[in-house]
Amino acid sequence: MSQLDDLYRRVIMDHYKTPRNRGELEAGSVTVNLNNPTCGDRISLQLEIEDGIVRNAKFTGEGCSISMSSASMMTDAVKGKTAEEALKLADKFSSLMKGESVEFDEYEDIEALSGVNKFPARIKCATLAWNALRKGVEHGHGMHEDIEQ
Amino acid sequence: MDAKALKAEFPILNQDINGHPLVYLDNAATTQKPRAVIEAVKRYYEWDNANVHRGVHTLGSRATDAYEGAREKVARFINAPASRQIVFTRGTTTALNIVASGYARQTLREGDEIVITPMEHHSNLIPWQQAAKATGATLKYIPLQPDGTISLADVESTITANTKIVSMTYISNVLGTINPIAEVAKIAHKNGAIIVVDGAQSTPHLKVDVQALDVDFYAFSGHKMCAPTGIGALYGKAQLLERMEPIEFGGEMIDFVELYDSTWKELPWKFEGGTPIIAGAVGLGAAIDFLQDIGLDNIDRHEKKLTSYAMDSLSAIDGITIYGPRQERAGLVTFNLGDVHPHDVATVLDTEGIAVRAGHHCCQPLMRWLKVSATARASIYLYNSEEDIDRLAQSLVRTKEFFQ
Repeated sequence: MSQLDDLYRRVIMDHYKTPRNRGELEAGSVTVNLNNPTCGDRISLQLEIEDGIVRNAKFTGEGCSISMSSASMMTDAVKGKTAEEALKLADKFSSLMKGESVEFDEYEDIEALSGVNKFPARIKCATLAWNALRKGVEHGHGMHEDIEQ
Repeated sequence: MDAKALKAEFPILNQDINGHPLVYLDNAATTQKPRAVIEAVKRYYEWDNANVHRGVHTLGSRATDAYEGAREKVARFINAPASRQIVFTRGTTTALNIVASGYARQTLREGDEIVITPMEHHSNLIPWQQAAKATGATLKYIPLQPDGTISLADVESTITANTKIVSMTYISNVLGTINPIAEVAKIAHKNGAIIVVDGAQSTPHLKVDVQALDVDFYAFSGHKMCAPTGIGALYGKAQLLERMEPIEFGGEMIDFVELYDSTWKELPWKFEGGTPIIAGAVGLGAAIDFLQDIGLDNIDRHEKKLTSYAMDSLSAIDGITIYGPRQERAGLVTFNLGDVHPHDVATVLDTEGIAVRAGHHCCQPLMRWLKVSATARASIYLYNSEEDIDRLAQSLVRTKEFFQ
């Protein structure tokens, strides 16, 4: 099961079993609901963006270990980042999913998800939370008029 | 019936996946193709290919004979009274949409009812939602029993004099429930309604007799019964098909075309606008020959035995939940393994060469009824053996341990 160990590194299981930032924020924050219609995974991401900085991030939802651990890591990583930095992080994550070697100095747990690129069917699971982040930040930062629900 | 000998007829099954011999248990999604079908399609393209119903040349008549010959085979396969009652379609979805767009939208009025069940695949649900919206008809559901079956008492009380269409799957692609189609047809007819049957999961596995069932429309796909993708069929009672207007207009389906008006060909060709799926139909004909050589009764018996073996061995796994009826079920087992997400289950199984489906199986309302967001499903066919089930069970035990 070595291929599996690559995918489900302890760190992923840790985030899956004890997710960080699971829950809801007060009203006034940006909410993005996204789902993956092919498999039924869904995430509701809430971002508190103030003066162009992501002050807080929380999520609820259901899905596999990959999608939920990715949401847990992402919410941890973006807290305190500026909107631009958060979007750059999302770009870095896309590169990671393409199999490129990327380092997440900010939050190296994320690198544990690099194994996902060997499982093409699961990449969408890993990117769900990051797509929600992108939408939320662009909206919260006045880059978008509306938010896709 | 020797499943292992039959397996040798399917070239794709003879390979390793992630370092393990492939165990293919996703047959409710699509089945693999035997050499006989692959060869028939190849032979058609290498020797007989031409457009049908129009060429005067030799290839044109050979292609037409092959295409219409396949229609005859389909008619005999489901015991339709005549091959003109078989419309070739892209698959079950298209076939059901022809009925919902053609028959339903052309006949339903406000106040009429369409009756279906919560176990329907999206392809036998959304066309009716849309037909109801377009006509003002009401969509009603026969409730499910706790074990995922329907009771005839509920069928009786849901179908009323206002019901014009009852549509139901013969076999649930999630629960494995086998619905009492002949009895439901009687109740529908007693109330003046027609019955439409989604035969996607039944036609590959058991002997279907549309006349004995007395169904008005019956839809199925070729790719779930050893034939290529992109070919399926709609059977309809002749007087209903004759009443219906075509859905697609264009070449092949016309009789006379004038500048401002046209007339249609007779059945079944008025429903087959454009160049049809000729090679697909040839492949479907070859698949039917293949299945009939084995015998549908033999396939049914083999799958019943293997299903009961699978139910026994999977039930024994600690923490597993199996959905659907315990007895009288079709050859698929839908389950969840404790709180391990089905995608994770399917990924682990894949690393051991075992192919199962994970997700909502195109049955979102049924997932909500089951109170789950997704499930894993192992579905069998004629080439599966007890060995495959053993591999699945062993791998599931390891999956459970891995995620503990």
